[in-house]
Amino acid sequence: MSEFRVVSAPEIVVSGLRKRYGRKPALDGMSFTVRPGVVTGFVGPNGAGKSTTMRVILGLDAVDEGIALIGGRPYRSLRCPPRHVGSLLDAASPHPGRSGRGHLLWLAHAQGLSARRVDQVIELVGLAPVARRAAGGYSLGMRQRLGIAAAVLGDPPVVVLDEPFNGMDPDGIIWMRGFLRSLAAQGRAVLVSSHLMSELQDTAGHLVVAGRGRALADAGVAELIAGASRNRVALRTTATTNATRVLARAGASVTATGPGTLTVSGLPADRIVTLLGRSEVPFTEVSAHRATLEDVYLELTREAVEFRATTPAEVSR
Amino acid sequence: MTAGFARVLHAEWTKFTTVRAWVTGTVTAALMLVLFALLAGISSDQKGSPPVPTGPGGEPVADSFYFVHRPLTGNGSITVSVSALDSSIPEGPGELRPGTVPWAKAGLIIRRSTRQGSPYAAIMTTGSHGVRMQDSYVNDTAGPPGPASARSVRRLRLDRAGDTITGYTSADGTHWTTVGTTHVSGLGPTPQAGLFVASPPVADGMGTAGTVSTSVFGDLRVRGAGGRWTGDQVGAGSPSFAGYPAGRSGSYTESDGLFTVTGAGDIAPAVRDTLPAGGTLGDILTGTFAALVAVIVVGALFVTTEYRTNLIRTTLAAAPKRTHVLMAKAIVLGGVTFAAGLTGTLVAGPLGEHLARANGVYIFPVTSSTGLRVALGTAALLATASVLALSAGTILRHGAGAVTAVTVAVVLPYLLTVIPFVPASTANRLTRVTPAAAFAVQQTLVPHHQVTGNYTPYNGYWPLPPWAGFAVLAGYTAVSLSAAAVLLRRRDA
Repeated sequence: MSEFRVVSAPEIVVSGLRKRYGRKPALDGMSFTVRPGVVTGFVGPNGAGKSTTMRVILGLDAVDEGIALIGGRPYRSLRCPPRHVGSLLDAASPHPGRSGRGHLLWLAHAQGLSARRVDQVIELVGLAPVARRAAGGYSLGMRQRLGIAAAVLGDPPVVVLDEPFNGMDPDGIIWMRGFLRSLAAQGRAVLVSSHLMSELQDTAGHLVVAGRGRALADAGVAELIAGASRNRVALRTTATTNATRVLARAGASVTATGPGTLTVSGLPADRIVTLLGRSEVPFTEVSAHRATLEDVYLELTREAVEFRATTPAEVSR
Repeated sequence: MTAGFARVLHAEWTKFTTVRAWVTGTVTAALMLVLFALLAGISSDQKGSPPVPTGPGGEPVADSFYFVHRPLTGNGSITVSVSALDSSIPEGPGELRPGTVPWAKAGLIIRRSTRQGSPYAAIMTTGSHGVRMQDSYVNDTAGPPGPASARSVRRLRLDRAGDTITGYTSADGTHWTTVGTTHVSGLGPTPQAGLFVASPPVADGMGTAGTVSTSVFGDLRVRGAGGRWTGDQVGAGSPSFAGYPAGRSGSYTESDGLFTVTGAGDIAPAVRDTLPAGGTLGDILTGTFAALVAVIVVGALFVTTEYRTNLIRTTLAAAPKRTHVLMAKAIVLGGVTFAAGLTGTLVAGPLGEHLARANGVYIFPVTSSTGLRVALGTAALLATASVLALSAGTILRHGAGAVTAVTVAVVLPYLLTVIPFVPASTANRLTRVTPAAAFAVQQTLVPHHQVTGNYTPYNGYWPLPPWAGFAVLAGYTAVSLSAAAVLLRRRDA
């Protein structure tokens, strides 16, 4: 998007945010850091406090405790903030009677930018054919592109996007992933929230997993996957019952993860092979378990999900 | 103005101009003013009505009375005693009862001629305002109080020396006190001098009723005037003359030096009741209320749509100084509305007046400074009301709620004053304490204490002076805008 790379973009530091709506805590000690040069995924179930945190970062919502800083300063004390931090909020809703171009034009004027820059970002997000039409007729995907255009209008070193994948078609999702990666590659700090882990696959290099108003994890994606994979072994066998009995007796915990597939933790792979061989339990494959981002997410948020659907078994009980 | 605020202002200006409905709404407000003026002008038809008499200053006057006169050549003096002033007031159709007409007048007058609108000076006794000296239709000087009667005879004297006329009164014919001295230009070489009786209409419900009065004069002494006494009804067919009650007419009789004179009408500035078929600039601008509704809607939506769509978050992220955002919105909205209002008023006023006059309607004249005040005031009224709607929208964050609240506060009280049967006291209170007080900027009529009339908002007389009335609206707006600023800063976006 810009011809040159951003030099040393500032970090977003969120520390100890607490906020209550009545008696219900919305934020309960939310802390994390967003570094430049990488897309930081901000994931968590609905109600985890993602949108509230983003509004706090942008100086829109007040907190009871804690602080959010951009390059060491609160958002509202920045000089012409949209040129430092570009943002797209969940309800990126232009006035329905205003054209997309008109929407970007007032935002440009708020930052002292010209109409030329507006036309540049319209091209950048691929909205040129509809830019002069009333935004009320835009699809959600088009509105997200408009929101992205608005966020990068001032060529900011920091970008904060709340649920930018919402309502996008598969083409749009692929475009968005590439766009986010390019923003990070230019050296910007990019914070992207999503309630669907899959959207951030192959995009986020760093993850903040939120649940019940706090960060459950704040780590690199590789690190998280390694942590979730550690000491786990995938075992393929036709004699699942026997294998489970033998391994459990040796102190391992065993879970069935599919037909003829077991995941074993608590025992290294060579020990498993020895034990199964000694007990003459047949098996076809023993391999190190490779966790997906989805696994990491589900495990971390299992406790924190607020609105989980009850299974039929639970209902009948 | 800081560069930061200039940017916010520019952004809000762009916001306003990129939503066609808001631009259309504001233009509609201006068109409403013109449309109502146009309809008022073309729908009236008073062609062929007699001309309204005007005084030396061009202002409309009532100049109808019974006059017993003869020419006065050069300087001179005229003296008389008044021993009775009895008035009759209509009571039901065709019925008259004796009563007091506060501004019934009987006395001496020197005037250029019997033509309506002639320059004059007069001294008189009145129904309940004592002795007065009046000249040029608008000037009024109080003398000793108390009515004239057989037991308390009022003696009056008028001296002329060139353009200078001095009025005296006396209770005993020996000791004279000066009531007033005045310069009347344009009396001409042979003015008419003599006795007059006038009896203006009294307030009767929402309108007025014509009265008739009879006075008895004696001890008439004249120096400098000769010839026979002539009795004339001045201004008989004038539109500013309500006429005599049914079956009565003006007359005079003389016997044994006593003159009994019966007359009706008034010598005074015309007020709305004097010329009920006349119109004012305020009437021409009736479309103001419709324009108000339009600018209130635009003003409220200018901010409430941002709340409805959550655009307010984008706005406040782009400009975190929230008070600046509100001020910028107020300036853009107020400025645009003022410009539209001023344009509408400047087109509507002259257009409506021209059309109405072409249809024979008498429009009360206004000075150019008054006309300018009405135009600027109407534009300011619209602009301030739109900012009030903006404030209400910021406070309530709900378009329909804000539009309703401000319409009820500004337009409804005005509409109530336009209903003829709403009591004057209620109308006056409403237009004092509610934001509708600002309609006073459209007042062009001047109330006169020496003329009985219904000085109500319905008739174009507002209880507060123009800019004081406007200040009431401005006060409401300032308070709302401050509250909106506090809430905008305090609340989460």
